[in-house]
Amino acid sequence: MKEAVGIIRGISGPTVIAEAKGLKLYDRVYVGRSMLTGEVVRLEEGRSIIQVYEDTRGLSIGEPVKSTGMPLTVRLGPGLLSSIFDGLQRPLKRLEEEMGPFITGGRELYGLDYVRRWRFFPLKNRGDEIEEGDFYGYVEEGPFKHYLISHKRGIIKWIAEREISLNEVIAELEDGTELFGCHEWPVRIPRPYKRKLPAFEPLIIGQRSIDLLFPLARGGTAILPGGFGTGKTILEQSIAKFADADIVVYVGCGERGNEMAEMLEEFMKLKDPWTDRPLMDRTILVVNTSNMPVAAREASIYTAVTMAEYYRDMGYHVLFLADSLSRWAEALREISSALEEMPGEEGYPTYLASRLASFFERAGVVETIGGRTGSLSMILSVSPPGGDFTEPVTQSCLRTAGAFLMLDTSLAHRRHFPAINWFQSYSLYTKEVVEFFEKRVSPDWSALRQRCNEILQKEESLREIVEIVGMEGLQDSDRLLMHIAEKIRLEFLSQNAYTEDAFSPPERTLRKIKDIVELYERALDSLKKGQSLEEILR
Amino acid sequence: MRALEHSYRTISSIKGPLLFVEKVFSARTGEIVRIISPSGEEREGEVLKIERDTVLIEVFGETKGLDIKNTTVVFTDSLKKIPLSEDMIGRVFSSSFKPLDGIPLPVPEKWVPVTGYPMNPVSRARPEEFIETGLSVIDGLNTLVKGQKLPVFSCAGLPSKEVVAFVLKNAGIRKTDLFKKEEFVIVFGAMGLTFQDYSFYMKTLEEMKAPFVAFINMADQPVLERLLTPRFCLTVAEYLAFDKSMDVLVVLTDMTNYCDALREVSTAREELPGRRGYPGYMYSDLASIYERAGRLKSRKGSITLLPVVTMPEDDITHPIPDLTGYITEGQIVLSRELHQKGIFPPVDVLPSLSRLMQNGIGEGRTREDHRKIANLLYKYYAKGRDLRRLEAIVGREGLTEQDRVMLDFADAFEREFVAQNKRRDIAETLDKGIEIIHRLKIIG
Repeated sequence: MKEAVGIIRGISGPTVIAEAKGLKLYDRVYVGRSMLTGEVVRLEEGRSIIQVYEDTRGLSIGEPVKSTGMPLTVRLGPGLLSSIFDGLQRPLKRLEEEMGPFITGGRELYGLDYVRRWRFFPLKNRGDEIEEGDFYGYVEEGPFKHYLISHKRGIIKWIAEREISLNEVIAELEDGTELFGCHEWPVRIPRPYKRKLPAFEPLIIGQRSIDLLFPLARGGTAILPGGFGTGKTILEQSIAKFADADIVVYVGCGERGNEMAEMLEEFMKLKDPWTDRPLMDRTILVVNTSNMPVAAREASIYTAVTMAEYYRDMGYHVLFLADSLSRWAEALREISSALEEMPGEEGYPTYLASRLASFFERAGVVETIGGRTGSLSMILSVSPPGGDFTEPVTQSCLRTAGAFLMLDTSLAHRRHFPAINWFQSYSLYTKEVVEFFEKRVSPDWSALRQRCNEILQKEESLREIVEIVGMEGLQDSDRLLMHIAEKIRLEFLSQNAYTEDAFSPPERTLRKIKDIVELYERALDSLKKGQSLEEILR
Repeated sequence: MRALEHSYRTISSIKGPLLFVEKVFSARTGEIVRIISPSGEEREGEVLKIERDTVLIEVFGETKGLDIKNTTVVFTDSLKKIPLSEDMIGRVFSSSFKPLDGIPLPVPEKWVPVTGYPMNPVSRARPEEFIETGLSVIDGLNTLVKGQKLPVFSCAGLPSKEVVAFVLKNAGIRKTDLFKKEEFVIVFGAMGLTFQDYSFYMKTLEEMKAPFVAFINMADQPVLERLLTPRFCLTVAEYLAFDKSMDVLVVLTDMTNYCDALREVSTAREELPGRRGYPGYMYSDLASIYERAGRLKSRKGSITLLPVVTMPEDDITHPIPDLTGYITEGQIVLSRELHQKGIFPPVDVLPSLSRLMQNGIGEGRTREDHRKIANLLYKYYAKGRDLRRLEAIVGREGLTEQDRVMLDFADAFEREFVAQNKRRDIAETLDKGIEIIHRLKIIG
């Protein structure tokens, strides 16, 4: 491992051409004397093309290239929760301790702490038979049982019953296989499972407009596209705070540094509304701001999703959030153009759609190898240039995503937040999930949802008439409807992310819409009985 | 590391700002080279790309007068760095880092690479301290805070220059320590200035009370220097903020000229063009400038960034304002309509937004009633603006009494709150807002 296998022959931005032997496609390599991390992206006769994940300034031809013999991997084991990583799983806090407040360059740091001691609780005894995918023990990672999974079947020869650290053997099988508390996994290869199951359980978000009108499912995928200023980030962060998931993996992909600073500060203080424990206990953050290297931005979503799958395999419900997928696609475009590949639509490589589709496929409810059920849901924001939804990234996502929550610039200008457009958005999980809500929350759920939709639709068609004749020109029943619709928009669909109301549990969501709809029915009755609208509204 | 400089006379081609040199023994990316023309003139360039022994160099400055046979290229083995010193305060430099005031360069304290390094996100402190610009429409409704990046979106023909000049002359941290040296400094970067703009800004700099450092790139100066100007500004800003604990406000005008220079250079490099011919990496490139704004937990100072973007064809979805808006924390939008009404500064409140305002206002920062007043002003003005469209159809007579009050409010708000000809501090701004609301006796 780490032998010099070649030397640098050419450099162009983040792309390095090396003359090297024995490299495999997608091998992770160390480039130059400063050991920058790179990945082999193309092999040609006599030359290998390497994508470097760090700043290549100062790199010189003739410097060595070393191989790890492995593809780009992440380290999986206890200690990932409540950590903050960069796109290559380097812990940002330790990076700060080592090089101060600016990230100055190549430095390999592992995502896990090998010094820390963990109390190990065995679940199997000596002589027990163990199947592939079985838990043989766990450690307590904050409030979670972090299960350690066997990757082989066999009979346990001996197993530890004491404190462990991650670089020592915890158990051994009769055939000599050693089991460790952590392992490496290549980020671009989905972790295996026994089979996929259909998604039917709701993923409660705590946003009324989503939970009632466009409900999401555990194991499902949703995209949140919107121009700048439409509140994508605020919404993604609210979801990260309040969603009903065991574990949340959040990727800040090519976004603002100040926003991340604000989010970190808030997450340290806030509590998980479902368990009342510190929010960071259940969160893993992967941060690659827009001024950090582009290639690491491309890798960041894979790094993050692999960690998410790892917790799914323990039988947890994991929610994966990325802000924003467009920045990932742009990174892909930059890399592709540096490799001089033939461009497709708007300069994006033609494999954009297939890469996205296979990425979305990493979500789902699964039966794990060990026979448990876990889920991985994805909610990804998209930043279409100029707020134009016909662009390739939004369109490619639409083909695979199960829900489309469109953020509307005109709603945002009216300061209606979350600015989810209620006509264009949709969720393909509605049918299954609504049934669940009917059983769990109230049998009225579906009827109220329907009524809410009708009122909003009617308002839209009346709005054009109002533009011309003014409110005074409408019939009383229509004016009443306009009034109720406004109430729905202001009191039900709007939610201020900075107040108590930022999180609305399903019961409250139901009560609110029920109150408004009942008010409407009563007012309609009174109107029929001949009362004047002015009196009713008073 | 190589011990010595080495020089070559093996140029194979010259193309716009690009130079190909062959048979180079060793070069590193980003390395600075000196280029000596046959007449003995010297200029600098940077290594862009290396393919075996052929090196592609980007020349800062003119390539006019270079030839293939007799031009010498000297490899220096160092990155592009600039000398820094506190004595730079009060000085004006060109985009090739030459003093424009005739006095020699200050003695440097250190040399620093101009591209800078990204801040570790966990080292950042969240921006939350108010900066007073003296403009009610910014201070009151789109508050700027230390460490924020807030662009001004303008259109051709609008007085963005005058708005910038107003901010340059009036901005300060708080009224009590306004203009106090050693604490607050403005770094001004101008890109692609015409001579007329140049005279205007030079006059502004003379009238400024706050300490400043300025970098000026003229319209007829080389485009590659235009790409360096904002980086000079931010490198100086990082030094003053994080080494010298100052609060630095960086004003960059005009980012549209910067982006056009980026496009020009990208085309010369024969890169694949993206939207409207701008390179596909423009987002990352702009981020490498804008994201240098911020605060650090471990240091005292701050960098606040106020770039000016002129929207081509008044189009906010054009790639330059669009990508800027995706990186910055809000935007101040100038409107042609208000300008035609004679309102200065012609800021349209509705599409303008400061995302970090929530953190920087209220008790202990500005005033406890700030948030309430700002929300009311915005709400009433939005309502008034909405009603103007209705008024155009049904006439003023067709509106209710209350609606007419809203219309009057919108007018008064534009004429008295948005428009101003002298500095208002934050208390004056808020009182002005209260006064208009009370005078019109708005109910509900």
